Amino acid sequence: MIPAVDYIRILPELVLSIFGIIVMMVDPVLPEQGSKKPLGIVALVGTLAALAATAYQTGFYGEAFYHMVRVDTFSVFFHVVVLMIALVVILASYDYLDVQSIRAGGEYYALILFGTVGMMLMSSAIELVLIFIALEISSISTYILAGMRRRAAESAEASLKYFLLGSFATAFFLYGVAMIYGATGTTNIYNIANYLHTQQSTLAYLAVGLMFVGLGFKVASAPFHVWTPDVYEGSPAPVVALMSTGPKAAAFAVLLRVLFATGAPGWFWMVWVSAVLSMTLGNIGALVQQNVKRLLAYSSIAHAGYLLVAFAAGRQVGISAAMFYAASYAAMNVGAFAVVSHFASAGEKYVTLDDYAGLGRRSPVLAAILTIFLLSLIGIPVTGGFFAKFYVFSAALQSNLVWLTIIGVINSAIAAYYYLRIIVYMYMRDERSEAPVARIPVGLGIGLAISLVATIYLGVLPGRVLEYAIQGAQDLLK
Amino acid sequence: MVPLSYYLVLSAILFGCGVAGFLIKRNIITIFLSIELMLNGVNLSFVAFAAQLKSLDGHIFVFFVMVVAAAEAAVGLAIIISVFRTRETLNVDRVNLLKL
Repeated sequence: MIPAVDYIRILPELVLSIFGIIVMMVDPVLPEQGSKKPLGIVALVGTLAALAATAYQTGFYGEAFYHMVRVDTFSVFFHVVVLMIALVVILASYDYLDVQSIRAGGEYYALILFGTVGMMLMSSAIELVLIFIALEISSISTYILAGMRRRAAESAEASLKYFLLGSFATAFFLYGVAMIYGATGTTNIYNIANYLHTQQSTLAYLAVGLMFVGLGFKVASAPFHVWTPDVYEGSPAPVVALMSTGPKAAAFAVLLRVLFATGAPGWFWMVWVSAVLSMTLGNIGALVQQNVKRLLAYSSIAHAGYLLVAFAAGRQVGISAAMFYAASYAAMNVGAFAVVSHFASAGEKYVTLDDYAGLGRRSPVLAAILTIFLLSLIGIPVTGGFFAKFYVFSAALQSNLVWLTIIGVINSAIAAYYYLRIIVYMYMRDERSEAPVARIPVGLGIGLAISLVATIYLGVLPGRVLEYAIQGAQDLLK
Repeated sequence: MVPLSYYLVLSAILFGCGVAGFLIKRNIITIFLSIELMLNGVNLSFVAFAAQLKSLDGHIFVFFVMVVAAAEAAVGLAIIISVFRTRETLNVDRVNLLKL
């Protein structure tokens, strides 16, 4: 018999799945050519209900379903991050779908909800079987979402590239799982930890390497990052907001479990090299971009690099820094892409830097909001990005990673250039194109407000979230 | 009894063929098949380890991998069809609107 409390431990996932099914059932009832906005409301209610369920969950920490999932501060932290991302993305999509005349609203919202279920399970699963399935739920949903602008050739192409490289990466992850299973005879994270605690295993080194390749693709860290700019450029902007943060945060959660909870051997130099490459290639790549979506794609590669710096630092201080970084990166990046999605207009026409010229005069509010997100991405004080970088680099220094810190700080300085370039275009260049700026719709307005408040909150009062992250790191290592 | 290492080597060869096919082939369907080959190489490892360790976990894992691979195939073929509709080619070198 499975005790009832087990169901509470997967309650947010259950709630979201049910709402996803409701979305699909309501879809055929709506008029075919009409707006799909009611479905957006259903999805929104579902996400809020899942947030409430997550809050309820905090009273029921523990393992469930025969050591399949484990609810602790660590998983609740990522649940909240992923759900907030989904919330803002749904709000940003509310008017976007009509503007782009995407008629498949039912599939769109349902896939966002199902994808979120996958991401949440990734953070709470402690069994590699379930981690694999959750990874696939989130990946397959995002493959389809990437191709949602069906008539646009770029969108189909982005979807194809994401799909092929994503499945390729999954196979590597799976091979790693097979190796760790062969080495330890179990697929449970904490049983693996017990085994590796007492015995050495050469196969485990290979396993960690292969799993890192697989997850490295998912988080878009160099040298597994080549797909990122193409996929982000072609996909619908709100979907990019989702996939540049949600699956990334979830994959980082899995990586934290696989590397630290298991006490796996031999990851340090791999992570070190990948961190340096991601930061450097991401930032240098971003310098020459004219397309804002591509620019933000390279910036997201660089941010994966900063996060890996925290990984290299390791221990409790590094893990909590990584968690804090994931949360604050999610807040600012989702916001930035939400602005991009609104400004892109029908057919995503206006996405180059030239289109952004003079935006400060044409739409002062939109420009000001984007500026705050960009300043946060640089890491200016009073924004979440500052404390995120601060904690990461101080964690690295505490672990005596002086060179990695120096490389990271130099990279942050390079990064300031291209973020500031967007701001310069917005405020100091005369408009060349007559790109009209529609009024900010209510849904997007609320979404932007949420990510803005989150970004500023993390920058002014980071204490509580950090405390929570430290608690999460303790729970992870227990 | 055939030793475990034979199975592992065969599985590595299958996986390697998959990787090579993925990197070399230019037809999208063939690339997709290469991924399936990689997954089946992994499956072989799982089964071999499960037999060696006398535990069921590996066998069960293979079932899940097959189910997920089927789901992936359904989505993948749909994506390939939508690419073919817009581009009328299945050659990856000509699916190049987005510069790499």
